Amino acid sequence: MRYAAPTTTREAAALIAKAKGRAFVLAGGTDLLVRMKIGTIEPELVVDIKRIPATQSITKSATGFRIGAGVPTAAMGENNALKKAWPGVVEAANLIGSDQIQNRCTIVGNLCNASPAADSVPALIAAGAKAAIVGPRGRRTVAVDKIVTGPGTTSLKKGEFIEAITLPRPPPRSGDAYLRFIPRTEMDIAVVGAGVSLTLGPNGVVKKARVTLGAVAPTVVLVPAAARAITGTRLEDVALAKLAAACEAACNPIDDMRGTIEYRTEVAGVLARRAAKIAYQRAGGN
Amino acid sequence: MSGIHVSTTINGDPVEFVCQPGETLLDVLRDRLRLTGSKDGCGTGDCGACSVTVDGRLVCSCLVLGAEAEGREVTTIEGLADGENLHPLQSKFIEHAALQCGICTPGFLVAAKALLDRNSNPTEEEIRFALAGNLCRCTGYDKIVRAVSAAATEVRKQEGRKQRRSF
Ligand SMILES: Cc1cc2nc3c(=O)[nH]c(=O)nc-3n(C[C@H](O)[C@H](O)[C@H](O)COP(=O)(O)OP(=O)(O)OC[C@H]3O[C@@H](n4cnc5c(N)ncnc54)[C@H](O)[C@@H]3O)c2cc1C
Ligand code: FES
Ligand code: FES
Repeated sequence: MRYAAPTTTREAAALIAKAKGRAFVLAGGTDLLVRMKIGTIEPELVVDIKRIPATQSITKSATGFRIGAGVPTAAMGENNALKKAWPGVVEAANLIGSDQIQNRCTIVGNLCNASPAADSVPALIAAGAKAAIVGPRGRRTVAVDKIVTGPGTTSLKKGEFIEAITLPRPPPRSGDAYLRFIPRTEMDIAVVGAGVSLTLGPNGVVKKARVTLGAVAPTVVLVPAAARAITGTRLEDVALAKLAAACEAACNPIDDMRGTIEYRTEVAGVLARRAAKIAYQRAGGN
Repeated sequence: MSGIHVSTTINGDPVEFVCQPGETLLDVLRDRLRLTGSKDGCGTGDCGACSVTVDGRLVCSCLVLGAEAEGREVTTIEGLADGENLHPLQSKFIEHAALQCGICTPGFLVAAKALLDRNSNPTEEEIRFALAGNLCRCTGYDKIVRAVSAAATEVRKQEGRKQRRSF
């Protein structure tokens, strides 16, 4: 195995594109190093992107936020402007592992590891996040929901990697939330996760919503029917019941030691309702 | 296979070493630098026995490559005591019998130090969350939480004394 720590994006892309064997980007290493240790991957080249200045910062602009691919999730929790604009995204990122893990792990690593149970991904997709991709053919920007194609697989082409995640500036009267269920309070893999992002009209009626579920299908799923169920409502009980039913219908989970199919399906509806209520409150509704 | 030459700072001292690309910082600390205070519990980020700080951030050294330490500031359990003087966390761990076999202790101390550095008056809940990445098979955690709480009180007292002296 070779290790490289290039200082520019272009150098990193060239190194990955020219690698003879399998090349892996190293962000926080909290998935990559574990997989190397247990022997499920044997990289020929590991490219540490944390020496590239563009991956190291969170920046705020008129259009929203740009979170560099090397930024540990702990630093997201330390950024007050980001926390205020996208509390659900930040709380999801800060559910990953322990303090030790959060001081290293990144949302891009969480995304590219392509686990159906990745905690930050439902929140990112609900928020309408985009991935800024660089590669041998230049740059492209893709919605985060187009990155993961199945457990452990992504749509990134050879030589491509993600330089940053961008989040739009939330419109006025917006709120988001992410909830996950695990059998203990810390350090476990989500049985179900639910993300909701919504914007209210001046009258407190939901104008726009995005609802996502994690750990209930091979990839995180966006559930447009659930969003429709609450659009035009003030989250009355009938609307919340329809939201839960739409979420249950979108589930295609596995049966494992963490939960049965029936259990996961029911919990998905419950968590989506709760997350919707929190997002609604954060948007200023009551 | 040629190694990677790394220049870093460990517990305030400049250190140079050569390591293999796949070697972790924990391997380097223990096997090359003989800093064996950091323990190799699980090797997969679950137990926290290998906890160190890198540029002030608490991390599992089993999930950091040795090569990544280039130009960084690393602190380990060996840097906690001031010469022969134990850090309040260390004395309170002894006083409260917060260890039995001891394998988890260096990791708990390093993680607790990182907590006290940012919050010198943590609640019990804050202590438990901050130490959630550290596992102990012996003590049942209560004694550890009490020791950290007592150490926090001690650290605040010492800080108060220092401030009064500087007037
Ligand atoms: C003890 C422990 C607890 C955990 N708890 C949780 C949890 O509660 N919830 C959860 O969701 N996950 C959890 N994880 C998994 C892991 O921490 C997360 O998935 C984390 O976000 C991965 O980020 P990273 O930066 O460490 O990724 P890395 O390990 O650096 O990378 C992961 C994968 O993504 C690729 N990659 C990284 N960056 C890029 C990039 N910029 N462009 C293209 N590809 C890239 C890598 O090549 C690799 O294949 C846990 C892991 C451990 C060890
Ligand atoms: S040895 Fe590093 S976390 Fe267990
Ligand atoms: S004292 Fe034995 S594991 Fe903690």
